[in-house]
Amino acid sequence: MKVLFSFLAVILLILVATMGAFITNLHYVFGIIIPYLAFAMFVGGFIYRVVKWGRSPVPFRIPTTIGQQKSLPWIKQNKIENPTSAFGVIVRMAMEVLFFRSLFRNTKTELREGQNGPELSYGSAKWLWLGSLFFHWSFLIIIIRHLRFFLEPIPFAVQILESVDGMLQIGLPAIYLTDVFILVAVTYLFLRRIIVPQVKYISLPADFFPLFMIMSIAISGVLMRYFYKVDLVAVKQLAIGLATFQPVLPTGIGPMFFIHIFLVSILFAYFPMSKLMHMGGIFMSPTRNMISNNRMVRHINPWNHEVEVHTYEQYEDEYREKMKKAGIPVEKE
Amino acid sequence: MYKGGKIFASLIIFAALFTIPFFYNMGKVNAGPDVALNTAAIQQLPASEQQCVESPEFMRANHMQLLNQWREEAVRNGQTVYVNSQGKEFEISLQDTCLKCHATESASKPAVLNNPVSTTAGVSNPALNESPEFCASCHDYSAVKPLCWSCHFEPKEATK
Repeated sequence: MKVLFSFLAVILLILVATMGAFITNLHYVFGIIIPYLAFAMFVGGFIYRVVKWGRSPVPFRIPTTIGQQKSLPWIKQNKIENPTSAFGVIVRMAMEVLFFRSLFRNTKTELREGQNGPELSYGSAKWLWLGSLFFHWSFLIIIIRHLRFFLEPIPFAVQILESVDGMLQIGLPAIYLTDVFILVAVTYLFLRRIIVPQVKYISLPADFFPLFMIMSIAISGVLMRYFYKVDLVAVKQLAIGLATFQPVLPTGIGPMFFIHIFLVSILFAYFPMSKLMHMGGIFMSPTRNMISNNRMVRHINPWNHEVEVHTYEQYEDEYREKMKKAGIPVEKE
Repeated sequence: MYKGGKIFASLIIFAALFTIPFFYNMGKVNAGPDVALNTAAIQQLPASEQQCVESPEFMRANHMQLLNQWREEAVRNGQTVYVNSQGKEFEISLQDTCLKCHATESASKPAVLNNPVSTTAGVSNPALNESPEFCASCHDYSAVKPLCWSCHFEPKEATK
């Protein structure tokens, strides 16, 4: 049901896009106005979400660690998994952001039949890590590759990336490795959610919708490149027009382009209000981005109220005479 | 705001990354490639011959597949005649068929004049030049590197 709901939502969006693609009068809306709106919503919404998170209090020092804490000098500290320096934290965050370190440590729990009844066993589970890695890196490379439509002249780095991506030179136009990888990976990520019962149970429409969106964007892109071709030169003119704020709408681009750009626009606009915000959120996860110096430094809650203290010295000053009379020993005469 | 400085710095980097196209293209003119479809070589042809091997729409979308097919036919199958969708026959040859019309006049591009690859007639042969205007204008614009020139190149000795 949750799957069906997301699926129908994406189908509906594709129908809207198809309508926009085949009604020439709507091309200006679908090719120029909606992309601008989506971009503004993406950047604006992203900043709004991050600022909102930034304003929420971070009371405690709560780094999670999987390595030896800094201790006595002859005990070797794990400087990356239990960092006590800013550099350590940066390396740790980079490992997390670029290589999904914590997902790499994913384990699987199983009840197995043992000699004395069922036994609980744990094993390493790397498939999710591998699928995610392929998915995210492919997505990143695809986005960078698309800069060839938005930049003129095209930077050398973008061209290099593209030639590496198409290095197998299979078919014409050459197949991009990332196109294959992202389709395989997104299919895996989807199947995992409907096949593994525990994962299926906790999956929501908000989990399936982005998957279907990304899947349909990738498929429309592949169709546009290999089967229902569009006029690339016209596409680039439109893109450069958008980037220079002098929008132009060349004729005869081809309907597939409008379907693709509409779906991309919807994804970008939806991004800040969805789970996809983990792109910004990962940098703000307090269990990862904090230096593990819980005991080395005294951490004071930044918004603590001023507490009125009455020290023993002050107490004694106040009651010294009375204490002496009562025979209670005092520190200062 | 807790760690506000770092968060704002990161947000500025984020916004900068996603607005690269706006700054990169700032002040530039949105000029697409200038494809010479009406060269002197084409104008000299009789009107019936002025149509390309297939329709312009087909060529725009599928020229790479057609060229690939031509290569298969000519190099691997020894077939040198192509019959197009209208039943008209063409010789399968990059140099003699495609470039008969699509070689660009070097006069419009002084750099080509000094190129030894250009013939005395002032016509550059795209097959022998890494950057012929007709192919390169669109291919450079969209960063698509054709593999034609990895076979169709001028031998180094010939340019000496």
